Amino acid sequence: MYGTGLAKGLMLTLRHFVDSFVDDLRYGLRKYSHATDNFGLRQGTAAKGVITVQYPDEKVAVPERFRFVPFLIVEDEDHPTRSGKDWCTSCGICAKVCPPQCIWIVRGNDPDTGRPVPEPEAFFIDIDICMNCGYCAEYCPFDAIKMDHDYELASYDRTSHHIHDKEKLSKPASYWRDIAPTRAYEEMLVRGTWEHKDAAKEARRGAASARAGSRTQQPQAEVQPAPVVTAETAAAAPAASATAEGATPWSEDDAKREERRRKALERKAKRAARSGG
Amino acid sequence: MVSPAIAPDDVVNAVSIEDSIAYLKSKHPDAVTDDEREGYSGVVVQASKLLEVARAIRDDLGFDYLSSATAVDYLGAGDHMEMVYHAYRTSGGGALVFKAQTERENPEIPSLVPVWRGADFQEREAWDLYGIKFPGHPNLRRILMWEGFHGHPMRKDWREAYYEEEQKPFDNRWPGGHVHRSEEKNVFGKNVTYPSDIDLNRLMDTSESEVYASLGLGVDVERILDKDGFETNELVVNMGPHHPSTHGVFRMVLTVDGETVTSLEPVMGYLHRNHEKIGERNTYLHNIPFTDRLDYISSMGNNHGYVLAVEQLMSLGRKYNPPTYRCEAIRVMMVELSRIVNHLWAIGFWLNDIGAFFTPVLYFIQERERILDFFEAVAGSRMMCNYMRFGGLFGDLPERIKSVSNLTNDRIRDYNTMQFLTEMVNERIPRTIDELEQLLTQNEILLERSIGVGVLSADDAINYSAAGPLLRGSGVAYDVRRADPYSIYPELDFDIAVEQDGDMYARYRVRVTELRESVRILKQILPRLEATEGESIWADGKPGAYAPRVPFGEAYGRVENGKGELGYYVVSAGGRGGSSNPWRYHVRAPSFINLTPMGLMSTGYKVADIVGILGSIDIVLGETDR
Amino acid sequence: MDLNLQELERTEFPVPAELENNIAITSLSQLYNWGRRNSMWPMLFGLACCAIEMIATASSRFDFSRFGFEVMRATPRQADLMIVSGTVTKKMVVPIVRLYNQMPEPKYVLAMGACASGGGPFKEGYNVVSGIDKYLPVDVYVPGCPPTPQALLFGMIALQRKIDGQSIANGDDVPWYGIGPAEPTPVPVLGPDIIDPRQMDMIRRQAEAAAEDMAMVGQRELPSATQLVAAKVVTAEATSAASAAISDDALSFVLPTGGNPWTEAEEIREKRRLRALARKAVRASRRAAEAEEE
Repeated sequence: MYGTGLAKGLMLTLRHFVDSFVDDLRYGLRKYSHATDNFGLRQGTAAKGVITVQYPDEKVAVPERFRFVPFLIVEDEDHPTRSGKDWCTSCGICAKVCPPQCIWIVRGNDPDTGRPVPEPEAFFIDIDICMNCGYCAEYCPFDAIKMDHDYELASYDRTSHHIHDKEKLSKPASYWRDIAPTRAYEEMLVRGTWEHKDAAKEARRGAASARAGSRTQQPQAEVQPAPVVTAETAAAAPAASATAEGATPWSEDDAKREERRRKALERKAKRAARSGG
Repeated sequence: MVSPAIAPDDVVNAVSIEDSIAYLKSKHPDAVTDDEREGYSGVVVQASKLLEVARAIRDDLGFDYLSSATAVDYLGAGDHMEMVYHAYRTSGGGALVFKAQTERENPEIPSLVPVWRGADFQEREAWDLYGIKFPGHPNLRRILMWEGFHGHPMRKDWREAYYEEEQKPFDNRWPGGHVHRSEEKNVFGKNVTYPSDIDLNRLMDTSESEVYASLGLGVDVERILDKDGFETNELVVNMGPHHPSTHGVFRMVLTVDGETVTSLEPVMGYLHRNHEKIGERNTYLHNIPFTDRLDYISSMGNNHGYVLAVEQLMSLGRKYNPPTYRCEAIRVMMVELSRIVNHLWAIGFWLNDIGAFFTPVLYFIQERERILDFFEAVAGSRMMCNYMRFGGLFGDLPERIKSVSNLTNDRIRDYNTMQFLTEMVNERIPRTIDELEQLLTQNEILLERSIGVGVLSADDAINYSAAGPLLRGSGVAYDVRRADPYSIYPELDFDIAVEQDGDMYARYRVRVTELRESVRILKQILPRLEATEGESIWADGKPGAYAPRVPFGEAYGRVENGKGELGYYVVSAGGRGGSSNPWRYHVRAPSFINLTPMGLMSTGYKVADIVGILGSIDIVLGETDR
Repeated sequence: MDLNLQELERTEFPVPAELENNIAITSLSQLYNWGRRNSMWPMLFGLACCAIEMIATASSRFDFSRFGFEVMRATPRQADLMIVSGTVTKKMVVPIVRLYNQMPEPKYVLAMGACASGGGPFKEGYNVVSGIDKYLPVDVYVPGCPPTPQALLFGMIALQRKIDGQSIANGDDVPWYGIGPAEPTPVPVLGPDIIDPRQMDMIRRQAEAAAEDMAMVGQRELPSATQLVAAKVVTAEATSAASAAISDDALSFVLPTGGNPWTEAEEIREKRRLRALARKAVRASRRAAEAEEE
């Protein structure tokens, strides 16, 4: 019969419409709660209907392998020996392997001897050229450059913000362990230590000279610093985040607004007191 | 025509490529010679005899399908221009590669359009980018750049405004890498350089009359008589490059008599971003993420074609390990998933074009988002996957698809990868396809709009080098996965989708069947993944080098992508012991070549059908213009 | 979107406590901005790969209609926002500028992705424009290749914040209330290469120099590398000094805040307010002076 195809299609549209609300009911009030399993359920294979991610009130956390613009790893602040030191040795492989050639590195030189030192003097990435391919992170032999997960980079002026220099690129090693615990763990297994390759080598050398004779000790155990993050604990730990939970720009605004209003009321009260007096 | 000297039996017997070449050489002993360069295959044909030989290849030997025709500039390596043709039989089998050479100054090669209409756009591209003239071409104009552009940019001695060095990596990036913006080096700050013989008087003429004149159309309204003797007006209608239904920045100029289209001319190049020029500066590895941006709907398929081409070259050398079984299985899975994404997108937007505005698309995009989530978790990016490497992959499948909270209000997800895949393949995707069919296949409006519209006959489809659903919708059962198998497709059980009618509806049916066949393949892949659990994706257990050297030679790697046959022609030359940068990197883009019959398919239909016909071809501009 | 009174009430004029829930006051600027930013219709205009992510942002999972971006309009006459989503080629920039000229004021441009911002990975190509801001005024840049839907949403919200910071009293913010019709952006011409009519004088001078057989600087030649390095060493030194200073400090990890639109919008708004107050004060003093004279 003419029109049955149309009717069937309309039924389907209706079903999608109803499914969305049924799904809403299924999760009820929990829909916007911060309980995490809920979100995975809604955005997973089991969900039906049309379900919107309420950005920016809830954001789909990106998976570990996600790649946005790169960043450089520097040693944690509380590291006993290498605090604030770059993991990068300015070997230049990332600059060579970068397809659009958006990485510029100035290799560091020792001012006294003039020989290259394993630390970049300057490091630039033009994020207006970067194609987020992840080669730099993939081929870095020192695990010193990684792809960031922070995609909220919009700006009003590209000339001043879009060439990332070393200062802007540097993030501590613990940040990487937080955003990608499994991958950091895998890299640790390959390196054999949580430490930077060079640090581990130095520590091994130091340990060997200090305790020549005892060969049983593990170098990792010797240099074990504070951050012992396994994949499990890091995953369990909530947002060691770029911005603190709850500190949304909106609530900031509210706070400021409250502050302004309070001040204005004070002024008004003063004026009233003056004119009254 | 078969020459009397050769008995018809010999022709039938010339099945293998070697026999075919032997036949050609015996028939044209002075015009056909073997290509004896290291790593090359096929024959070199004397340019003056090219047309004759091409006819023999098509008519006597049955190579009826011209897959690719492209130019190579051998500056400094023989100093000649070369056209390379890859011809196939639609009954299946390998390529007959033949080449014609000409000098670099004032190059000329006879056009093959009289033999294969599919050479039309490809020869125009060679004229545009290499400056090779094709006597006998009916319409030899620039196709990607605009008329009046200065120079032929793909020639090896042509340098772009931001030229830094011949090959990457550039020396000024490290160790003394002081950052600069390329435009700061350029006088005009706009990636522009002008030739010294610039004609300033002509510059301020902003009328588009030249554009239309170059299309062979008058701007003035022409008065013509219709079949009943009434005087009607023939109008020129311009669609695009900004048009909601041209799937990007594509432009069509059509002449209409009333509502009926009398001729149509595709105009492209609005997204020509110099993929091949950049690709020849790049190293082999650099090109993989660039291929993502060709057909940006299905980047996995693009990766696959390119790595196959380069692996072909690498296998010529001594140090080469073919990918492991698990690697191949993952590759096929990814490609099939992206075929699903591609077809859902194609059907959805085709429906947009014929009036089902956005409702079906939104349903399909939901499913696509799930698949993209998987890509993101495995490869790191939703669209630009950059997942395959020469002889391997970026990484194995992760055990769990999981995310870690990082930004404010981040909500995390955590699934088992295999469970996620199983549910997708066994439940969600089939359900979506069922819904798609329920929504559309019997929908009366859809039937009325699409049956009998945009008809392309089987002979035309082959002659115009159509590929993919466009070819199969016209009744030609040609699928590279079966015709010239690669990867692990031979051992997989699936059918080629064919429909006989050649209209928009037939193409839609082909796509729906292919969706189902892809699911069928995925169902066979899942147990293979489970069986190879723990196996390395790299043959020697460790990732490939960051700057692989590729032995000399040429390779043509082709895959059946969602849009059709995607081929990469890669030439490795120069340097010692292999090269690190391709000498020639050409993409045989299905979206580009499938547009060749667009004019033919549109003539005689109504204006409102044009966007539908375009949608049923399924083009993506990143690939069309490259 | 609901009329959020709290948001609109954000003025320097306090509401007395006893009237708090009975009246609402706002400034005209804020009402105007509220209307403007919550009914911004983007143009249905896709260039390249980013367009696909833009469509994904418009679709049900991310749904930018929630922010008043509502529907995409195919005609520039009905659009307020041009999302330049993808690589801008020389051939395409001509229609883009023409489309921009056809959009009614107020109009905004959002450069989505690396290509639209600065040429992206294809920057070195001979047919690629290194950023749409060479031709059009861009309000927000969204980096990424391509930006994920969420990154695009962040950029779009950033644009709303920018509008929030504008004042109707400031002529620079609302140029469309100026006298006379707005000047259209000159449409580039496709000659031997792309030609920006604004650079005609410069091109003419170059051509004259070439005619007099002098070296034409605009030709395919680059300035010597030493010149460039000399120009850049200064910045590099400054940068390394800055980074050295940082590492000397007790390196507390801070996120790069420079480009954060939230704080910037706040700053801009604060600045505008101060300026408005200053103007008000000037007017008041002038009026007082006039009164005295009388």
